[in-house]
Amino acid sequence: MAVESAKSETVFPVISSAMPHDYFQLLKPRVMSLVIFTALVGMLLAPGEINWLIGFVAILCISIGAGASGALNMWYDADIDAVMARTAKRPIPLGKIDRSQALSFGVVLSFFSVMTMGVVVNWLAAALLAFTIFFYAVIYTMWLKRSTPQNIVIGGAAGAFPPMIGWAAVTGNISFESVVLFAIIFLWTPPHFWALALFRLQDYENAHVPMMPNVHGEARTRLEIFIYSLLLGIASVLPTALGFASLAYGLVAAALGGWFALLGFRVWKEGSKDNGYVREKKLFRFSIFYLFVIFAALAADALITTAVAYYG
Amino acid sequence: MAEGKYTRENVEITEEQLKARRARNVAIGLVLAAFVAIMYFVTWTKLGINIFNREL
Repeated sequence: MAVESAKSETVFPVISSAMPHDYFQLLKPRVMSLVIFTALVGMLLAPGEINWLIGFVAILCISIGAGASGALNMWYDADIDAVMARTAKRPIPLGKIDRSQALSFGVVLSFFSVMTMGVVVNWLAAALLAFTIFFYAVIYTMWLKRSTPQNIVIGGAAGAFPPMIGWAAVTGNISFESVVLFAIIFLWTPPHFWALALFRLQDYENAHVPMMPNVHGEARTRLEIFIYSLLLGIASVLPTALGFASLAYGLVAAALGGWFALLGFRVWKEGSKDNGYVREKKLFRFSIFYLFVIFAALAADALITTAVAYYG
Repeated sequence: MAEGKYTRENVEITEEQLKARRARNVAIGLVLAAFVAIMYFVTWTKLGINIFNREL
C-alpha cells in the first residue's frame, strides 16, 4: 500500500507529444515569410554580386534567426499568449511544448543561424542578425512590451532590420540606401499594429499589455496613426528621390502612400468603436498589402534595371 | 531507486508520444543532413579547386 502510494505520488517527467510542425509554429512562420521577402529585396537592391548558394544560405540564416527570436518571444510571453484570443492557440498555451523546450530551441537556432551567417556570408551580416535577435527577444519582448506604449514603435526596429541584413550580406557594409529600407518598415509598424490594437483593445487590456490605445486612449492613437501614415508615405518615395529606384516605382509608392495616408486620415476622423472599428480593420488589411506591394515593386524595379543593363 | 525519480519500468509511453518522438527524430535527422550538405557545397563554392591545394 505504501509502495502504491509512493508510486502514485512520483512525479513523472512529461514525455513530449509535440510534432515537428508544433516546433515550426514556434518560429512564427507568417512573420518569417515577410522577413524572407524583405531580406531578399534588400539583397536584390544591393549593388554587387553574391553567389546564389551563399545568397541562399544568407536568406536561410536570416529566416531561421527571425524564427528563433519568435521562439524566444513565445517562451517569455507564454503567460500573455494564453489570455489573448489571437495567440491562445500557439504551441505553449496549448500545452504541446513546454517553455524550457521553446527556450532551448530558440537559443540553439539563434546560435547556429548567427554562426553560420558569419562563417559562410560575412561577420557584419552575422552581427546585425545577432543584434536583431537580441533586440526582439530582450529589448522588445522582455523590456518594452510590458513597460511602455511605445513598445511596438521602438520594437519595430527588429522587424525592420532584415532588408539591411540582406544588403550587408551582399555588400559587406551598411549604406544610406539600406537605412531607407529600414525606415520604410520601421514607420509602417506603428499604424499597422495600432490599427490592430484598436480593434483588439480588450484583448490587450486583459493581458495587461500597455498598448497605445489602452494607455493614452483611442483619440491620440488615431492621430498618431495618421502622422505615421504621412511619414511612411514620404519614406516610401525616398528610393526614387535618392536615385536607387526608378520613377515608375516612385509613382507606385506615391499612389500607395497617398492611399495609406487617406485611410490613416479616415481612422483619425471617422474611426470609432460604434461602427465596429471598420476604418481600423480596413487600414490593418491594407497595411499588409501595402508593405508587400512596396517591396515587390522595389524588387521588380531592381530586376528590370539589371536585365536592361545586361541585355540593353 | 530514490523516491521521486523514474526508471524505464514505471514510465509508460503512449502510442501518440512514440509517434511524435519518431517524427521529431526524423525531422532532426533531416535538418542535420541538410546542414551538412549545405556546408559541404558552401566549402566547394568558397574554396573551389583550392580544396586540393594544401599541404598534406
